[in-house]
Amino acid sequence: MTHQMMSSFLSVKMRSQVCFFYSVLVFLVGCEMAPLNNPYRKVEPGVSVLYSSFAERPKHLDPAKAYSSNEYAFIGQIYEPPLQYHYLKRPYQLIPLTAEKMLTVKYYNRLGQIIDGKDAAQVAYSDYLISIKPGIQFQPHPAFSRDEKGRLLYHHLNAEQLDGIDVLGDFEQRGSRELVAEDYVYQIKRLAYPKIQSPIAGVMQNYIVGFAEFAEKMQDQPITVLKDMPLDGVQATGRYQYRIRIKGKYPQFKFWLAMPFFAAMPWEADAFYAQPGLIDKNITLDWYPVGTGPYYLTENNPNRRMVLEKNPLFHDEFYPIVGEAGDKRNGLLADAGKKLPFIDRVMYVLEKENIPYWNKFLQGYYDASGIASDSFDQAVQFTGEGDAKLTPMMREKGIQLQTAVTTSVFYLGFNMLDKVIGGYSEQKQKLRQAISIAVNYEEYIAIFMNGRGVPAQGVLPPGIYGYQDGKAGINPFVYDWVKGKPKRKSIAVARQLLAEAGYPNGIDPVTGEALTLYFDTASASVDERPRMNWFRKQFAKLGIKLIIRATDYNRFQQKMRQGSGQLFIWGWNADYPDPENFFFLLYGPNSKAKNGGENAVNYENPDYDRLFEKMRNMDNSPERLAIIQQMQQILRRDAPWVFGVNPKSFSLFHSWYKNIKPNLMANNRLKYTRIEADLRKQKRYQWNQPVFWPLVLIFVLLAISVYPAIRAYRRRLQETIV
Amino acid sequence: MIQYIIRRVAYAIPLLLAVNILTFVLFFVVNSPDDMARMQLGQKHVTEQAINNWKHQHGYDLPLLWNAEQSGLEKLRQTIFYQKSIGLFLFDFGISDSGRNIGHDISERMWPSLALALPSLIVGLLVNITVALMMVLFRNSYLELGTIVLCVILMSISSLFYIIGGQFFIGKILKLVPISGYDSGFSAIKFLILPIIISVISGLGAGARWYRTLFLEEVEKDYVRTARAKGLSEVQVLFRHVLKNAMIPILTGVVVVLPLLFMGSLIMESFFSIPGLGSYTIDAINRQDFAIVRSMVFLGSVLYILGLLMTDISYTWVDPRVRLS
Repeated sequence: MTHQMMSSFLSVKMRSQVCFFYSVLVFLVGCEMAPLNNPYRKVEPGVSVLYSSFAERPKHLDPAKAYSSNEYAFIGQIYEPPLQYHYLKRPYQLIPLTAEKMLTVKYYNRLGQIIDGKDAAQVAYSDYLISIKPGIQFQPHPAFSRDEKGRLLYHHLNAEQLDGIDVLGDFEQRGSRELVAEDYVYQIKRLAYPKIQSPIAGVMQNYIVGFAEFAEKMQDQPITVLKDMPLDGVQATGRYQYRIRIKGKYPQFKFWLAMPFFAAMPWEADAFYAQPGLIDKNITLDWYPVGTGPYYLTENNPNRRMVLEKNPLFHDEFYPIVGEAGDKRNGLLADAGKKLPFIDRVMYVLEKENIPYWNKFLQGYYDASGIASDSFDQAVQFTGEGDAKLTPMMREKGIQLQTAVTTSVFYLGFNMLDKVIGGYSEQKQKLRQAISIAVNYEEYIAIFMNGRGVPAQGVLPPGIYGYQDGKAGINPFVYDWVKGKPKRKSIAVARQLLAEAGYPNGIDPVTGEALTLYFDTASASVDERPRMNWFRKQFAKLGIKLIIRATDYNRFQQKMRQGSGQLFIWGWNADYPDPENFFFLLYGPNSKAKNGGENAVNYENPDYDRLFEKMRNMDNSPERLAIIQQMQQILRRDAPWVFGVNPKSFSLFHSWYKNIKPNLMANNRLKYTRIEADLRKQKRYQWNQPVFWPLVLIFVLLAISVYPAIRAYRRRLQETIV
Repeated sequence: MIQYIIRRVAYAIPLLLAVNILTFVLFFVVNSPDDMARMQLGQKHVTEQAINNWKHQHGYDLPLLWNAEQSGLEKLRQTIFYQKSIGLFLFDFGISDSGRNIGHDISERMWPSLALALPSLIVGLLVNITVALMMVLFRNSYLELGTIVLCVILMSISSLFYIIGGQFFIGKILKLVPISGYDSGFSAIKFLILPIIISVISGLGAGARWYRTLFLEEVEKDYVRTARAKGLSEVQVLFRHVLKNAMIPILTGVVVVLPLLFMGSLIMESFFSIPGLGSYTIDAINRQDFAIVRSMVFLGSVLYILGLLMTDISYTWVDPRVRLS
C-alpha cells in the first residue's frame, strides 16, 4: 500500500467515522423517540388506565377494620354499603347504592307500638328496614368456586393444592354468587366479633340491640360459627331485605350505612381465608378484599403497587343525570346516564417521597397530585383578592386546580380540668377569649399552610349542616364584622380581657411574674421548631410565657388520657355530614380523662349537654338549626377551643382527567372518573423526549482531561536511562 | 476450620440472646403494649375493652420478662419475651402485629434490596479500584491531584444531595430513566440504573481514596521493585502484583458487608420506591410493630456475625499463611 493510497484510505475512514458520529449526534439530539423514562409497562390497546400512588401501605383492607382515608381509597371502590352520597348534589345527600330505595325507619315505644318518632324520649327502639336490589353479583373470587357437585372447591386446601399458590391470582378457578341480605347481616356480626377488633364495635354496642351480648357470646368462638349465630338486633327478613334494630332514636345511623363498615361480606370469604396455609402466605381477607363494587383488587403488593381492575360482574349503575347549578357548565354532566365505571384499571404505585412523585406528575406519569409545601410555589400563586390560581407553567401544561374546604377542624384545646386555664367562671372565659384573639390563625395559615385553610369560626366546618356563612356565622368574641369580612379583634381588646381575667399585662398576681402556660405536643422534631416559636410569640403578645413540652406521641396520648395537659393541638375529620359528629367532641360524658371519650378538652357544661342530647336526635329542621346556633354561642363564650383552622385541600389534575368534583364524604368517587388516554399518550411523548447531548459533552470533557496524562505516561514508559 | 466455625457459631448464641434482650428492653421502655394497641387500632373510638382485646389476641397481656403468677419454668415461659423471642432462634419470625407473616415479607422484600445493593457493591468496587489504580499510575501528576480534589469534594457532599441531584439531572432534565419505581424481572433494570449510578458516585470519593492508600503502601515494597526490574510495565505491575497483594484489606471491607446487603438501604429505597427491606424496619418502628422490629434486629445481628465469620474464612483463601484454629 503506497503512502498516497494509505492517506486516501484513512481520509475515507475518517470521513465515514465523522459521518457516523455526526449522524448519531443528530439522532440523539434531533429525532423524536419513545420516552425512556416511562415507569410503566405497555398497556393493551383500548384499556383505560388511571395512574395514582400511595405513600404508605394501607393497614387494613377488611371493611370491619379499615377506618382511615388511605384505606378507604381502596375499599371504597371494592365494597358496597347499602347507601352512598350523591356525587354531584350539595349539601351532601344520601341515595341508594345496593339498596333498592332509601331505607324505611319505624319507631316503637316501650310497649312495642309504632309511633311517629318526633319525640325522641318516647322512642324505645328504631327499626331500619333495608331492601337490596336483586341480581347483584360478587366479584369473581376463588372463595366462591364450586366443583361439579356444587361443593366449595377451595375451602379445604391441602398441602399439595397450596404448593403453587403465592398470591390470590394463582388460584385457577373463580366463582361468584348473588348478593343477599344475609351478607349484610353477616358483616354486622363481624363488627361485633371480638377477634376482628373493629374500631366501631365500642360505638355500635351503644346502639344496635344485642350487639354487646353477641360480642360476649362470641369471645372464644372461631369465626366459622359466626354465620349461624343469631344477633338479636340484626336479622334478614327475606332474601333481599334485612332489619337493624337500634336502641332509642339515632338519626345519624343512616350515615353509617354509607360507610364500608356496613358493606356486604360473604361468609365464604371468611371461611376461605381462615385456612392456616393461606394465612402463612399472607393471603388474608385483610389483604385481598371480596366485594360487589365497580373494582376488585387483582394485585396487592403494597411494597410496590396495588392494582384495581374493573369488576366484570358489576351491576348496572349510571352516572348522575342531575347535579347542582353550574355542574353542566363545568362539563360535569357530559357523561350523564352513562354506565359506570369508565376506567378499566387503576394502578397505585408506591411513592414514598414527595420530590420524585411531583416530578413524575409533571412528566405525566401520575394523573393527579396533591401539592406538597416544597412544590407549592411552583404550582400555585395567589391573586390580590387572596384567590388561588395556577402558575403560568401549570396552565401551559393544561393542569387543573381543584380546591375545597375539608370537613375537618384543627383546634388549640384548653384542658378544662386544669386549674389555671380550665374552669367556667367569667374570669376563666375571658382568659381563654383573650388567648383566642391573640393566636392569629390568619397568620398561621399564611405562614405554615401556604394559605390552605380558613380560620374556623366555631366547631362546625363548612359543608356540615348548621354551619353559617357571613356575619351570622362569625365568632363575636374573636372577630368583628368589618366591610363585609370578619376582622380579628385587636390585641388591645385581648389585653383588656386578660386584665379582666386577673392577669393585667400577663402578670400572674400570685407570683408577680409573667403567667406561665404549658403547651404539650408530640411534635419534637427540628422542623416543628418554627411552628412552636410562632405559638410562643402569639402568647408573648399578651405577656404570657408559653413553655413547650415536646414529648413522643405515646406520652402525649397518655397525658391526654390522664387530663394532665394544659394546651395542645388536636383535630377531627368528619365521619358523616351531621353536626352531631362535631358537637359530640365537647359533650360532657365523652370526656377523655373521665370516660376515655373523644372530648379531649374535658369540657362539661350542663346547658350545652342538654342541648346536645336534644339536637342529636332531631331531624334537620329550623328548630334544630336554632339549637345548633345556641350551642355554637355557648362554646364561643366558654372558649374551650381556640377554633383554629378548617384546612383547604388543593389538588391538581392533568387535562385528560375528567369529571372532577370535590366530594369529601363519598369514598367511591373513582367510578365517576374518566381519562382521555390518547391525550395523555400524546402529552407524555411531548414532555419526555430524552436529552443525550449533555452526556456526550461529559464524555468528551473527560477524554480531553485524561488524554494529556496518557500521553505523559507513554512518554515516561519510552524514556531511557541516560 | 470446621471446629473454628462451630466455636464461632456457639459464641453467636449468647450474643444473639443479649441483642434480643436489649432490643426487647429498649422497645418496651419507649412503648407499652397499650401504646402498641392504640397505634394498631387507630385514633377514633378506641375503648379500653378494644385495647384489652387486642393485647389478648396478640399475646401482649402477659408480663414482660417474669410471670410471678406461674410456677416453675412457666414463670419464664409465660412472658412476652419468651413467647415472642424464642421462635427467632429457629428463624420462625412469626406474625407481625398487623397480622402479616414476617418470614414471607422478608423473603419477598430481600430480592429488590439485593438487586440494588449487589450491583452497587460490585460496580462501586470496580470503579473505586480502577480510579485508585489510575491515581497510583499517574501519581505525582495533575491527574492525581485533580482526582484527589474531586474525591474530597465527592466525600463532602451529602448522599441525599446525590439522590435528589441525580433524579433531577438524569431523570427530570435528561429524561433517560424513570425517576423512581420498580418492576419485577428484567424490567427492573431501567429502574436500577439511576440508583446504582448514584450509589457508585456517592461512594467513589471515600472508596477511591481508601484503595489508593492501600495501593500506595504496596507500590513501595521490594517485590514491586523486583517486578519493575524484570521489565514489566507499570500497568502489569499494578494489576498483576499490587492488586493481588492489596486484596486482604479490600476483602476485610467487602466480605463483612456482603450479608448485610440483604438488609437494604433505607434512603435509596425510600427515594426510588424500591420495595426492599431497607424501609421495612423503619416503617415497623413508626407503626410500633414490635414483632417486625425484633425480627429485623435479630436478622441484622445474625448477618453481621455471618459476615465476620466469612471475612475470617476468606483470609485463608487469599493468604495461604493464614490458618484458622
